[in-house]
Amino acid sequence: MLDLKGVNTHISQYHILQGVDFAVPENRLTMLLGRNGAGKTTCLRTIMGLWRASAGTIRFDGRDIHKLDTPDIARLGIAYVPENMGIFAGLTVRENLLLAARGGAPDEKRLERIFTLFPAMKKFLDGAAGNLSGGQKQMLAISRAIVEPRRLLLVDEPTKGLAPAIIAAMIEAFRELKKETTLLVVEQNFSFARSLGDSVAVMDSGRIVHAGAMRDLVADETLQQRLLGLSLEAHQ
Amino acid sequence: MNRDWLPLVLILVLAAAALPLVPSSSTWLTLTVAGLAMGMMIFMMASGLTLVFGLMDVMNFAHGAFISVGAYAAASVLIALKGGMQAPSLAENLMAMAPALAAAVAVAGVLGWIFERVVIRPVYGDHLKQILVTMGGLIVVEQLIHVVWGPDLIPLPKPATISGSVLIGDAAIERYRILAVIVGLTVFAAMWLLLGRTRLGLLIRAGVENTEMVESLGYRVRRLFVGVFVAGSALAGLGGVMWAMYQESVTAGMGMQMMVVIFIVIIIGGLGSIGGCFVGALLVGLMANYIGYLAPKLALGSNILLMVLILLWRPRGLYPASKA
Repeated sequence: MLDLKGVNTHISQYHILQGVDFAVPENRLTMLLGRNGAGKTTCLRTIMGLWRASAGTIRFDGRDIHKLDTPDIARLGIAYVPENMGIFAGLTVRENLLLAARGGAPDEKRLERIFTLFPAMKKFLDGAAGNLSGGQKQMLAISRAIVEPRRLLLVDEPTKGLAPAIIAAMIEAFRELKKETTLLVVEQNFSFARSLGDSVAVMDSGRIVHAGAMRDLVADETLQQRLLGLSLEAHQ
Repeated sequence: MNRDWLPLVLILVLAAAALPLVPSSSTWLTLTVAGLAMGMMIFMMASGLTLVFGLMDVMNFAHGAFISVGAYAAASVLIALKGGMQAPSLAENLMAMAPALAAAVAVAGVLGWIFERVVIRPVYGDHLKQILVTMGGLIVVEQLIHVVWGPDLIPLPKPATISGSVLIGDAAIERYRILAVIVGLTVFAAMWLLLGRTRLGLLIRAGVENTEMVESLGYRVRRLFVGVFVAGSALAGLGGVMWAMYQESVTAGMGMQMMVVIFIVIIIGGLGSIGGCFVGALLVGLMANYIGYLAPKLALGSNILLMVLILLWRPRGLYPASKA
């Protein structure tokens, strides 16, 4: 579904992505792992057109999207949940959802499904999004991404800074999301990643250093240590 | 929308504080209406700039050019329709004013559109260059006004039925000030409804907070930028003609002169906040009139003091927009 080949990204004088190659298969959840500064967030932002790839191709359903503007990429059915969640704090939860539904008012069934996944969204529907807790903000960010059917979700570190109980709820929500769409999730929490990922790509210094099935990485502790090292110690 | 009422109470506190300081309640009422009218006109001129700054992160020092050009465009129409302005009929006065206001809005809006494309677009994201090119733009437009309309002040009398005063008790209230309050409230209500009740308003409010995220949701923010810039310029033109009629004259430098007060208002209100801009403009208008009466030499300084006090209380202004 999504295919990156030789993607390079420069941010001012820094060469961040240095020839990234990997694919995201349809109807699967692909985890993008790696140490801090490996280039995972840059990779998502480059796919989304928020930073321009200086070389390489990014194909979505066979179409090269790396020269498209961000709104045009989003309109292809790609939703993005950034690391800082990107919620509009001055708007209510309802307004955040309304804005994400480009086709008009959100579909009632769709809203009910969101409320089933994240009951807090219903409870605080008319409250200011800025007053939500960190976990609730993450729930809103994900709800906003799925308020209309999307073909691909790009999610950047959904568990960052969340309490274990919230992470457990997130795992359940992502299990449900996997049934209806394709996901590419950047994560540093390996236990979260292995409980959800179908396939995995590992980045280091702006390159993909491993790609394959998640079960293979889970089964090979030496490979885990070699690829993820400190990340594993921190999060396992 | 924001339900923080405390800054609104500040307006009442300021008005109440002035009451024992002026010699009579009729003087206080005259000053208060004058302050509110002045505040409404400043709001019209400033509201576009605060949105432009909040949404586009553009420091547009040339905003004053739209004020002046709007006033000159309206003056041209009003001079041509002099008969309607001097007629003793309110309907005829309004029929002369309507095309003048429309001309002010249209000419300032078109100038804003050209300005965004030619001057602002190349310097998005670079505040230093924005300051330099917009200051330069303001000077160029002022000189162009001299070329087109000449260097002399153009007298602009108020319409016959709107000049003079009405008596409320012992207080003489200028009719034009009442008109300014009505127009200002109408503009504010329209903006409040647009921002609070429409999808476009939702997009603008979201864009003020986090432009990048709005784009990630599939909206073309660039078009929104242009629309807001043009609307802000048009509003400045409207404010300009209202202010010019209040002053009964038009000068090329009137926009530049207003910029200090406008910046004070948008800083007091919180950059990007229409509600804050409205409250800030009323506070500044009232303060200028009360202090202008009680201690005229302190009038401008009093507004700077007001800004300092408000920033000490709320460092990001009365109603700061949540920035990502």
